[in-house]
Amino acid sequence: MSTEVAFKKVFGWPESLKDTPTHYCPGCGHSIVHRLLAECLDELNLREKTIGVPPVGCAVLAYNYFNFDMVEAPHGRALAVATGIKRVHPDKVVLTYQGDGDLAAIGTAETIHAANRGENITTIFINNAIYGMTGGQMAPTTVLGQDATTAPGGRDPKLHGRPLDISRMLAVSDGVAYIERCTVTAVKEIRKAKKAIKKALRCQLDGLGFSLVELLSPCPTNWKLTPGRAWEWVNDEMVKTYPLGVLKDTTGYEDKK
Amino acid sequence: MRGSHVVGEAAVRAGCRYYFGYPITPQNELPEYLSARLPEVGGTFIQGESEVASINMVLGASVAGGRAMTSSSSPGISLKQEGISFMAGMELPAVIVNMMRGGPGLGNIAPSAADYFQATRGGGHGDYRTPVLAPAGCQELAELTFVAFELADKYRNPVMLLGDGLMGQVMEPVVFPDFIDLDHLPKKDWALTGCKGREPRAIFSMLLGQKGELYYHNLHLQEKYDQIAAEELRWETHQADNAEMIVVAYGTAARIAERAIDKLRAEGLAVGLFRPITLWPFPTAPLRELASKSHKVAVFELSLGQMVEDVILSLGERAEIYFYGVPGGIIPTPDDVGKFMRSAVAGDEKVGRRLAL
Repeated sequence: MSTEVAFKKVFGWPESLKDTPTHYCPGCGHSIVHRLLAECLDELNLREKTIGVPPVGCAVLAYNYFNFDMVEAPHGRALAVATGIKRVHPDKVVLTYQGDGDLAAIGTAETIHAANRGENITTIFINNAIYGMTGGQMAPTTVLGQDATTAPGGRDPKLHGRPLDISRMLAVSDGVAYIERCTVTAVKEIRKAKKAIKKALRCQLDGLGFSLVELLSPCPTNWKLTPGRAWEWVNDEMVKTYPLGVLKDTTGYEDKK
Repeated sequence: MRGSHVVGEAAVRAGCRYYFGYPITPQNELPEYLSARLPEVGGTFIQGESEVASINMVLGASVAGGRAMTSSSSPGISLKQEGISFMAGMELPAVIVNMMRGGPGLGNIAPSAADYFQATRGGGHGDYRTPVLAPAGCQELAELTFVAFELADKYRNPVMLLGDGLMGQVMEPVVFPDFIDLDHLPKKDWALTGCKGREPRAIFSMLLGQKGELYYHNLHLQEKYDQIAAEELRWETHQADNAEMIVVAYGTAARIAERAIDKLRAEGLAVGLFRPITLWPFPTAPLRELASKSHKVAVFELSLGQMVEDVILSLGERAEIYFYGVPGGIIPTPDDVGKFMRSAVAGDEKVGRRLAL
């Protein structure tokens, strides 16, 4: 047996990811999702034709990590910016990477209308139920009872309203081809999340319409939990408000078992 | 052709292929025109869900290398300021058309020129400038639309075309410049096109670095603004030779003033017009030269006094400065403005007032 056959590379650094020390906190979900997205782009050979739009929020510096073209958008406007890019370059892969404040509060209108126009764009939606970068304020997705610096004592529906499940809202639009909600807080779920991201990208390549993958993601720093406890909180508590699974799928793709 | 349509057709001929905007009176004829015209030339028209979304679509199309434009009227332009500030910071070209209406707030839908401060002082947050072109009729709307796209690309900066509701509605004959050959425009070697065969590009305005990144970026921008101020001044004069008094007015106000001046000249009053075409950069040096001969300057605006501050900054005490302003979407007649000019020549302050510095 020759050495070429004896050694097969099974793990390495994705080309779509730069070799940069992370600024994300220990236990943060961003690093995992960055890695998953980079692996998917590599495996589909899309790095050189991808243009990414990061949000304002913790991932604002995503262009320090991703090894493809990126442009910063004003807070909440990622999908409007992405719309402009995609209309100039319909042959390129255009994706936004947005947090819950960006996508579901200040950018709600841009999100709903880009999705409803059926823009052929893929959105990676990080839902950590809190404003991370600004220091733990209440997010549109903060769950009932959850503490936030602007919801002392926990989110109270009478004072603060109820958490917004924007993925479910988007799913009713005919412009939307595919939405799935996953977590990055268990090995099995991480694998599922990667499959979902890949499917969303494929959906864009095939021109089927808007695709979004929501990832329930831990924020140990602002939840004031250890990374381990934060993972547990996603798996035990957060999924009660945001049940996992496919919310919309008109792709017709047959999932490989 | 109607003014709004003139801008639309000129934009297409100037190579604009991407338009994003939100309806607002009195400029709806422009997006309506482009919604039909752009698809004919393979372009994209999107009616955005808001002014905010529209300007950010412009940002996206611009960063991707397209010639992009949006238009609106005063309240909508206020909403676009965030995107304009970002594009200034990220050095992205775009053309923004403002067909001004009465303000503040919703104001009314009649022509006004009360957005001068907003247009010439940046408008949004941060230390930045946008070149502002002020046409005074349909022919100039066509020509300056071309200039706006050229300046935007040349300096990688948003450029504003500042008209008003009257100019958008009025119909005048126009000779259009020829179509630009899109293949012969200078290549945008900074645009995002996918990183095939090159290093990835990142375009952003946030500079958190500890080595003075933002400080040096702002100095770089200022150098660019200084260059624009030195090289891109535009103005026009009318009957200014041997004038005893120079009237300063721009846009629709200048058209009204021109009529009044012709009448006064026929009566033997030596009055001339100085019309700034670039409002930023303001043509300070040529105005100063004219004023050094006449020693008397009368400023007429369709606002209660905005451009007049640039006249004061330009002239200081070199001339007596008189001011007459009409607010809130009212268009005075040439006779009204003629009365102001006579009053200023006499120095009696019966119409308008002399400004004490």
